[in-house]
Amino acid sequence: MLMGLYNYWAVVVLMMIGFYIVIAHGNLIKKIVGLSIFQTSVFIFYISMAKVDGGTAPILADGIEQYSNPLPHVLILTAIVVGIATTAVGLALAVRIKEAYGSIEEEEIQKKDNLDC
Amino acid sequence: MLAHLPILQVIVPLLAAPLCLLLNRSRLAWLFTLLASALAFLISGLLTQQVMTTGTIVYELGGWDAPWGIEYRIDQLNALLLLIISGVSTIVLLAAQTSITKEIPGNRHTLFYVLYLLSLAGMLGIVATADAFNVFVFLEISSLSAYALIALGKDRRALWASYQYLIMGTIGATFILIGIGLMYQMTGTLNMHDLSQRLPEVDNTRTVFAAFSFVIVGLCLKLALFPLHLWLPNAYAYAPSIVTAFFAATATKVSIYLLVRFTFSIFGLSFSFTALPLQLLFVVLGLAGVFVASMAAIYQTNIKHLFAYSSIAQVGYMIIGFSISTVSGLTATLLHMFNHALMKGALFVALGAVMYRIGSVKLEDFNGLGRKMPYTMAAIVIGGLSLIGVPLTVGFISKWYLIIALIEKGWWPVVVLVLLGSLLAVIYVWRLVEAAYFKPAATPNETVAEAPVLFLIPIWILVSANIYFGIDTRLSFQVAQAASQSLFGVSP
Repeated sequence: MLMGLYNYWAVVVLMMIGFYIVIAHGNLIKKIVGLSIFQTSVFIFYISMAKVDGGTAPILADGIEQYSNPLPHVLILTAIVVGIATTAVGLALAVRIKEAYGSIEEEEIQKKDNLDC
Repeated sequence: MLAHLPILQVIVPLLAAPLCLLLNRSRLAWLFTLLASALAFLISGLLTQQVMTTGTIVYELGGWDAPWGIEYRIDQLNALLLLIISGVSTIVLLAAQTSITKEIPGNRHTLFYVLYLLSLAGMLGIVATADAFNVFVFLEISSLSAYALIALGKDRRALWASYQYLIMGTIGATFILIGIGLMYQMTGTLNMHDLSQRLPEVDNTRTVFAAFSFVIVGLCLKLALFPLHLWLPNAYAYAPSIVTAFFAATATKVSIYLLVRFTFSIFGLSFSFTALPLQLLFVVLGLAGVFVASMAAIYQTNIKHLFAYSSIAQVGYMIIGFSISTVSGLTATLLHMFNHALMKGALFVALGAVMYRIGSVKLEDFNGLGRKMPYTMAAIVIGGLSLIGVPLTVGFISKWYLIIALIEKGWWPVVVLVLLGSLLAVIYVWRLVEAAYFKPAATPNETVAEAPVLFLIPIWILVSANIYFGIDTRLSFQVAQAASQSLFGVSP
């Protein structure tokens, strides 16, 4: 049970690490790193569930009976692209925030905003 | 050509976006965007007509049969949503060029239209598709362009708001992705219709419960249900006015559509409302949303903030209607989605006009504005009355049907609370009316002129719709009821 599902344990651990970083850290770059780890765990989850024991890549060849399911693998290519786009937009925003506020720490930004109001 | 309408609905704005980039001239890009959006509106009109006469339209992408290929499926519910999104988008766009000349630097105008079209394509795609993974892809297309659009705001707080929205929105979307993955693991299909048939066979497993919870929480983040609404007020308040008008009228509605689609069509009514105490949870959170957000709205001095909080309260009403889980309750929710799009569209475009003339939308800026910008302020007053739910406006119609549905169900305490919630709307709308009509004009306001015609046209189209659909409810009610009945499997 524990060893047989070790992929999924890795998924859960990564997911929690990523999620914790997003919530607990005030640094905008660290938040984005956390978000990436969180998303990556989902990629591993999709890839693990499509793997069939003893199955190979889905290319038709003689002597091969079992294939892994290629669909989730393809889906996750799309999700990876989405993840990269999200990271890029997030980092671009962090750069603009640094220019506008002179800081990438959540607390300092919030303090400056409160002064504006 | 007519057979390909479902895909054209999404493809037209999606292809128009890169073409818009090539035009690279602000005014030209605006006309082109307007044309693309109007075309999308025309297509959704034709689709609605077709759906109402012949029933659900099924379209197979690239000619591949459903379980292998992606399928687009347009029923009454989809048609209603497509109509709301493309309609509001087109009307709001009329004012876009005038509004952004004051709010966005000239070299970014084309980019604004590109992002706008992408966001529109994403929302239309979410609604048109019948494939669960496709939903995620379109959700991210519309969200990513939304983050960039919000960051275009003049104020530096727009950047911070956009960043917070990005973090929350991505967590929400990833939750939905996890849920879809778990569903695929149990059923081996991503097609919504197939999912709805195969899920009941496995619905007592922990995996399906987990899938359901992930999807619901992810969607609630996206639709700004209290207490997951924290990203919304700042994002709406600091985004460019046109962006706020478009999103306030459409973005949360799309997420509510997904919530309805997932709970009613995919997981099925009996699973959704018996497996988890969803009914109680949603009615409590909906009511809490109405009260907390309305109270917060009363204390706002920035009027865009005020109406953003009011949007969260209105989402609360929609969720209450949803949680009743009867045909009439769902009809009330769908009707309110349509009506709220009209109200908030009118209000935020009118605020855009004030922003254009005065450059800010603080409460004190409105002093004496009733005499300086009579047409704009009259529109805000009618929009506000509609929010409260005064008879002869659309707001009354949605409240009326919501209360009837609650009475049918026998939830009397909720009826009382909904009526009390409406009274809170009276307070925040009154503060604005008082400033505009009963206070002397502030000195800088003395030379302010009425908004340009290109603002007044969209504002008054939306305001007239507010009144028209408040009196003649045949069209909106018929579509909402048909959609609701088809979700419950009742033949009309």
